[in-house]
Amino acid sequence: MSHYPPDATWHEMERGGIIPQAGNAQEYNVGGWRNEHPVRDDECCIDCLFCWVYCPDNAVYVKDESVKGLGFSPEHCKGCAICARVCPKDCIEMVPGGEFTEEQPSSREEA
Amino acid sequence: MGKQTAMEGNEAVAEAMRQINPDVVAAYPITPSTEIVQNFAQFVADGAVDTNFVAVESEHSAMSACLAAAVAGGRVMNATSANGLALMWEILYIVSSLRQPVILSVVNRALSGNINIHCDHSDTMGARDTGWVQLYAEDVQEAYDNLIQAVAIGEREEVRLPVMNCLDGFLLSHSYELLEVEDDEAVREWIGPYQAINPMLDIDTPLTFGPLDLYDYYFEHKRSQMEAYPPAKEAIVAEGKRFGETFGREYGLFESVMLDDAELVVIGMGSTCGTLRDVVQAARADGVRAGMLKLRAFRPFPAEEIAEALSGASAIAVLDRAASFGAHAGPLYAEVTSALYSYGQQIPVNNYIYGLGGREILPDDLATCLDDLAGIAESGQPGEPVSFLGLRE
Repeated sequence: MSHYPPDATWHEMERGGIIPQAGNAQEYNVGGWRNEHPVRDDECCIDCLFCWVYCPDNAVYVKDESVKGLGFSPEHCKGCAICARVCPKDCIEMVPGGEFTEEQPSSREEA
Repeated sequence: MGKQTAMEGNEAVAEAMRQINPDVVAAYPITPSTEIVQNFAQFVADGAVDTNFVAVESEHSAMSACLAAAVAGGRVMNATSANGLALMWEILYIVSSLRQPVILSVVNRALSGNINIHCDHSDTMGARDTGWVQLYAEDVQEAYDNLIQAVAIGEREEVRLPVMNCLDGFLLSHSYELLEVEDDEAVREWIGPYQAINPMLDIDTPLTFGPLDLYDYYFEHKRSQMEAYPPAKEAIVAEGKRFGETFGREYGLFESVMLDDAELVVIGMGSTCGTLRDVVQAARADGVRAGMLKLRAFRPFPAEEIAEALSGASAIAVLDRAASFGAHAGPLYAEVTSALYSYGQQIPVNNYIYGLGGREILPDDLATCLDDLAGIAESGQPGEPVSFLGLRE
């Protein structure tokens, strides 16, 4: 919904509630209801990419076929723990609290 | 020039669909609307139309396919009844929210349970808040005319809403009546070519339809949708007038029959108005100042116009061919009394629920409404607010 400014009134809505652009889900923050968050042990990670494949959103950052050291998107991770469940090496731990720690890099540029 | 011919309501609707030649029809059969789709499928098989006919596995799928075809950029039609309409419910809201002018002919039939295939308005009355425009027909001619006008109303740039073309099951759908069927070319010229707005198949202009829309914008979107209904009301009047100029039969939001000086007014919708017309005329012949308001557009509801039209009445009866379970009265009664209250009219109104599941409604039944109203007008005392016509009590 980034097309609309936060204070947009109903007069400014597009007909039919469309967004006149494509591929904009990345810009909609839906991470607000997370009450725990994943932390990956990058030493233990074997880069199998299961977490990236199974994430129901696009919250697992990947670059050059590797997720190591890239972390998770605070805007899109909902704390569902599927990544932790599917990890064959048990490298991902779900930590209580919605806030990501500083050790866990999560800026969008790394995605 | 059109031609005079005899057709069943279903046949007349299918004929109008053939003339309109929509891009896509996706449908699933249900009594008593089956013949519409059956006849139309024959037109497709015969090459009489260019329509892409999609046979689907349920009404939910039918309306979903219609929605998709409309969003893609096509002129889309469909037909159903009762439980079929109920199965479309979820998608009905999405079609109107996405502002797609899909046209659905609903052959009115009682909703289960128990199972009943005959006429009442419980199906479309239940769908009254789905955001669809609803037009009701008194006879086969109107069902044919309304479908053609539905296209023009729904597709207007300032409207872009789906329209239900409602006709009474069996009473109209399976009754042969004489009607004027217009020339194919005249109909096509009158509706004009389809103008898609934001078609999804325009791949050079990518758009997002139906995204997640939470507490941050959903409310604004719903408010902006509400803004489409006043223009829809104007469109019904304007297109009804334009239809009259071209084909000689003019339509509006409702028809006023001897309403100007009427003291006792009966309001109804659908085929019952044909019977009511005779009853009111007979009462006039007996010196009773009776009148009829035949409602054609239930959505958008012409509240202000109805309050104005009824301003001279002493007592009013509202006929409801549906129950609204748990409400204090029928749905049309609730709308009419709310309209009167909102626009400052203090007139006693009685509600008569009748004809559920196809129960016959006779002139004598309707005459009792006028008798009741005469008593109320004389005494100034409102009667029993809700009563039942043709029910064994």
